[in-house]
Parts: sequence; structure tokens; C-alpha cells
Amino acid sequence: MNETMVQSQPVVASASAPEKLLTVENVTLSFGGVRALSDVSFDIRKSEIRAIIGPNGAGKTSMLNCINGFYHPQAGRITFKGKMRQRMRPYDAALQGIARTFQNVALFKGMTTLDNILTGRTLKMHRSFFWHLFRHGPAMNEEIEHRKYCEEIIDFLEIEHIRKTPVGRLPYGLQKRVELGRALAMQPDLLLLDEPMAGMNLEEKEDMCRFILDVNRQFGTTIALIEHDMGVVMDISDRVVVLEYGHKIADGSPDEVKADQRVIDAYLGVSH
Amino acid sequence: MFYREAGQFKTSYAADMAIFPILQDRIGLAVILAIAFIAIPLFGSNFLIQTVMIPFLVFALAAIGLNILTGYTGLISLGSGAFMGVGAYACYKLTTIFPGVNIIVWILASGFFAAAIGVVFGLPSLRIKGFYLTVATLAAQFFLQWSFVRIPWLYNYNASGAIEVPQRLLAGIPVTGANATPVTRYLVLLSIVILLTWIASNLVHGRIGRSWMAVRDMDIAAELMGIRLLPAKLLSFAVSSFYCGVAGACMMFLWYGGGEANDAFNINQSFTILFMVIIGGLGSIIGSYFGAAFISILPTALKFGLPAMGIALSGPVAEHLNYIILGVLILFFLIVEPHGLARLWQVGKQKLRVWPFPY
Ligand SMILES: Nc1ncnc2c1ncn2[C@@H]1O[C@H](COP(=O)(O)OP(=O)(O)OP(=O)(O)O)[C@@H](O)[C@H]1O
Ligand SMILES: [Mg+2]
Repeated sequence: MNETMVQSQPVVASASAPEKLLTVENVTLSFGGVRALSDVSFDIRKSEIRAIIGPNGAGKTSMLNCINGFYHPQAGRITFKGKMRQRMRPYDAALQGIARTFQNVALFKGMTTLDNILTGRTLKMHRSFFWHLFRHGPAMNEEIEHRKYCEEIIDFLEIEHIRKTPVGRLPYGLQKRVELGRALAMQPDLLLLDEPMAGMNLEEKEDMCRFILDVNRQFGTTIALIEHDMGVVMDISDRVVVLEYGHKIADGSPDEVKADQRVIDAYLGVSH
Repeated sequence: MFYREAGQFKTSYAADMAIFPILQDRIGLAVILAIAFIAIPLFGSNFLIQTVMIPFLVFALAAIGLNILTGYTGLISLGSGAFMGVGAYACYKLTTIFPGVNIIVWILASGFFAAAIGVVFGLPSLRIKGFYLTVATLAAQFFLQWSFVRIPWLYNYNASGAIEVPQRLLAGIPVTGANATPVTRYLVLLSIVILLTWIASNLVHGRIGRSWMAVRDMDIAAELMGIRLLPAKLLSFAVSSFYCGVAGACMMFLWYGGGEANDAFNINQSFTILFMVIIGGLGSIIGSYFGAAFISILPTALKFGLPAMGIALSGPVAEHLNYIILGVLILFFLIVEPHGLARLWQVGKQKLRVWPFPY
């Protein structure tokens, strides 16, 4: 019954239409017999917060993995900053300005908070191996310059006190925060967040929401986030895309999506 | 009490990023260097220098090398002995072909040959990880050791089948060969080891070291940060093998004074260095020193120290005791404290810093 809303997705581009940062067209991904994504299309506009929601196993993480080059869809096209991409590697995604966090924190456990965040600056550092042999002059100046940048992120995320703690020893909530910091250090154009608030208590969630909104507003960073907490999704996102069993079942503003019968069915577990 | 950082405020990032940010550490380092460069050459006996200090320094250098690969980059190698051999044989060939060039230049240059061979044997790390990569390094160990024995050109067709270290001078003083005194060889070795330690410490504290550790801790995330995995791993193989190669050249030219690969650069040597890294502390430069000191000095301490203290101990018993102690310690550190002696050292310093309070 809500076919119209779903079908109306391919918006006719007009001069006034908001700029699209990323377009996903008819992406299909399968693992052997398992269809993780079938014919999914949506777009992400510049400077918006785009939520991707859906029940467990819907294909949300797989979608992010396609966007940053971990998975290569069997069919469909992904266009980022106006450029269509063929089989690219995560390294290329990083080079193009895509950063992400992982559903199950993927920090460098043996390194300190500061070193983790500094690692996010890798692509911005250019001093050669030769200068690093001496850790003086140009290499040291570069280190200091990036240290300053990372300290700003540390201030922003309020994690000064754990600057020199190996992240493996931090509680989960703080690890998630450090992982966000590491992604921010890349100064990405598109930030992909896979369940940034999973396993957090209310207070931590509120902090995280604040950080995400601040990043979006202060730096204009485009954000795509996966989240299960509906309250959070409805509060902070500009537009929402809903996946179920690898199919896109709805796409629109939070209010539109909330009212969609297929979304309600999917979440209440009505069989089709 | 004396070990406090109270009142030492860091006013710049450069000061905070120094490798020894605490004043007492810097004083301690200066004292150690003074002992090593002045007191030991002046007052140390030939026995102390030849049997304790020189082996310790050679192993410390090799352990730093392996620690870069295994401790910092997370790639376990069983080929360190062979890479040391590459350095030794390269140095031997270079100094016999170009006898006019200073031997210290050749000792350092031999590291580049080891680095190149290390990169070749590191190439499989593109495809394989963990256990299988370790097996590939084991293959390197056997292949290279075989080459050292079977290619007579490498040992200049000596009838003994071994390297015979020629005499080489530095400012008119013999540095290698039968006439070089232990003190001279010790001072040359010490200078090389200090220089290379400083460089290793610079590397691991900057972007390069972070990229190695990132690869070790979570390679998929590392790639996402823009670290290319293969170049990072190969660089680690190269630097690590460079250190092992120089250590091997030092072992032959400044310690053994000659010898054969089957004795000096065999699989046991590879294991010894791996144990040094494990006991000393994975991913720690200072730990490499602790591990090397412990393992290279323990046999001497048991053999000569205990009898000197009045505990009679026959040679074979001392040797067995050595293996038992090592075995137990390796198990202990693997299970209880993977960061080894270096971690115990840090914990000790932390206790001292807050003394007399428990926290
Ligand atoms: N590497 C893989 N190999 C095989 N199957 C996979 C792989 N990755 C994902 N899948 C399958 O694809 C489907 C979608 O998984 P995905 O992780 O994208 O779901 P999700 O929406 O992120 O779920 P969750 O909310 O639980 O995180 C699942 O059926 C999963 O089993
Ligand atoms: Mg998921």
C-alpha cells in the first residue's frame, strides 16, 4: 500500500536539488547462496545525517562494507563525489575521504588512545622514512603539528584523561569514543558509523549523540549511521533508509518512515 | 622518592613526545652510558668484556631487530639466525673484495644485504599470515643456512669451510682479527649498538612505528586508515633483517673472530633470539636489552657465578639448569605477562613514582 513512497525514490535532479555525495544504484551482494543485499538503491546528500536501519541480518553492515570497499557487490553501481568506482580497496576509500567505525570496535588494542587517533592522520603525513630515522627536523615538526590536531579531537570528545592509556584497557563506551576520534582524525568527507551507541548506557548515548551532531554541524561532515535505538535515529537523522532481508523497504524523513506500514510490520515481525 | 615527575611540567608537545620525558630517566641513561663507555673499558676485566658484554650487545641488537618484526608488527620469524648469517657473509665478502674500505662501513652496509634478502622472504606475507608465515621464515632459515655451507664462494673457498676474519684497522688500531683487543672490539660494537638503538627508537615512536603496530593489532582497520599492508610489512621485514644482519656481522667480526654458519647461524640461534624477545617484552626496545641480558648472561652466571659464591656446580648441571630456568620463564611470560621483563620494569617504575602510597 505504501508502494508509492518506496517507488518515488529516484528523484529527478534539478538545479536546486541538494548535492549528492554518494549514490548507490541497484547494488546486489551475495555470499554463496545468501543474498545480503538485493537491488538496493539510495543516496546520501552532502552534509546530512543519513540513518540506515533494519532488523538484525538485514544487510546494513554489508552495505557499509560495500561503500568502503571491503565487499565488492556482484551488481550495481556506487558513485562517490561524482565518480563511479570499480572494485576498489579500503585503502582507496580512505584516500577518497571515507572513514568508518565498526560494529564491534576495531581499535589498535596495544596502542594508546593518542596513538590510535594519530594513526588516523597517516594519510596526511608525508615525511619520508629517511626523516623518521632521526625524529628531528621535518619529521618531528610534522608529528607535532598532527599531535596538535589530535589534541583538539581529544578535547572535543572529552577523553583527555585517557590520552596515554592503551585502549585495550578502556571500558567499551570509551573505546567507541576513541574509535570515533580515530575516524575524525582522517577529516573524512563521509563518515560511516556502524552502531556507534550499541551497548552504551543512557548517559553515554546522549554524549555520543551530541558528538555526532556537533561533528555534523561544526565541520559539515556527512554521516551515515546504523543504529538500532529508534529514539536516537528519529532524533538525529535527516533521512532514513530501511532495509529488511537485503531489500530496501522504505526511504524518507524520520516521520515518513515511522508511518510506513512495511516498516512497522518489519519491526513487529509480521510475516509476509 | 627520588623518582618523581612532580614539578616537571611539559610546556610543549615536543617535550611531551620526547622518548625519555622524565628527568630521572635521562639522568639514568647518562649514567648507564658513562658506565658503558668509560667505566667498563677502564676497569672491566677481559673476561667481563669478552664473555659478558660483547655477547650481550650482539644479542641486544639482534633482539631489537626481531622485536621490530615480531613485537611491533606481529609477524613471528624463525629466520633471524639466517638473516644474521647474511650480514656476516656479506660483510666477509665485502671486506675481502674491498679491503681498503673501513670495516665499520662494511659492517653497517652488510645490513642492507640482509634487508634485501629479508624483503624477498617477507613477500609471502602478502598472502599468508600467522602460523604459515612463520613456516615460510623457517624455510628461509634452512635455505639460507644450506647456501652458507654449500656455496664455497661465500667463505672464499677456505679449506675450513668457515669465515676467517682478517685484521682490519681503524686509525691504525686493529679492530678485527686476532690482534684486536677485547676493549677495542667492545667500544666499536657499543657505538654501533647505541647508534642503531637510537634509530630504532626513533622509528617506532613515529608514523612508521604506529603503522607497524596498527598492522599488528588490527590489519583491516589499518588499511582503512590508509596504511598499505604489504609495504608496511615489507618495511618491517627490511628494517628487522637489517638489524639482524648487522648483529650477525658484529658477531663474526667483533666477537667470534671467525666461524661457520652451522654453528653460528642455525635454527637454535633463531629460537634464542625469539626467546629473548618474548622474555624481554614484545614491542619494547628496552625489553630487547632485558631479554638479551638475561639469556646471554644466565649461562655464564650459572657456570661461573654460582661456583664463585661457593655453590659447587658441574658444567653439565649448570647447562641443564640454564635450560630449565629458561623453559619455565618462557612459559611464565607467555601465559602471565606477554610484555615480559619490560612490563615488570614499567610496573616497578610506576610503584616507585607513587611510593610510599600503593596507588
Ligand atoms: N562475510 C560474510 N560471509 C557470509 N555471509 C555474510 C557475510 N557478511 C554478512 N553475511 C550475511 O549477510 C547478511 C547480512 O548481514 P549484515 O551483517 O550486513 O547484517 P546487519 O544488518 O548489519 O545485522 P546486525 O544488525 O545484526 O548487525 C546476514 O545474513 C549475514 O549472515
Ligand atoms: Mg551489522
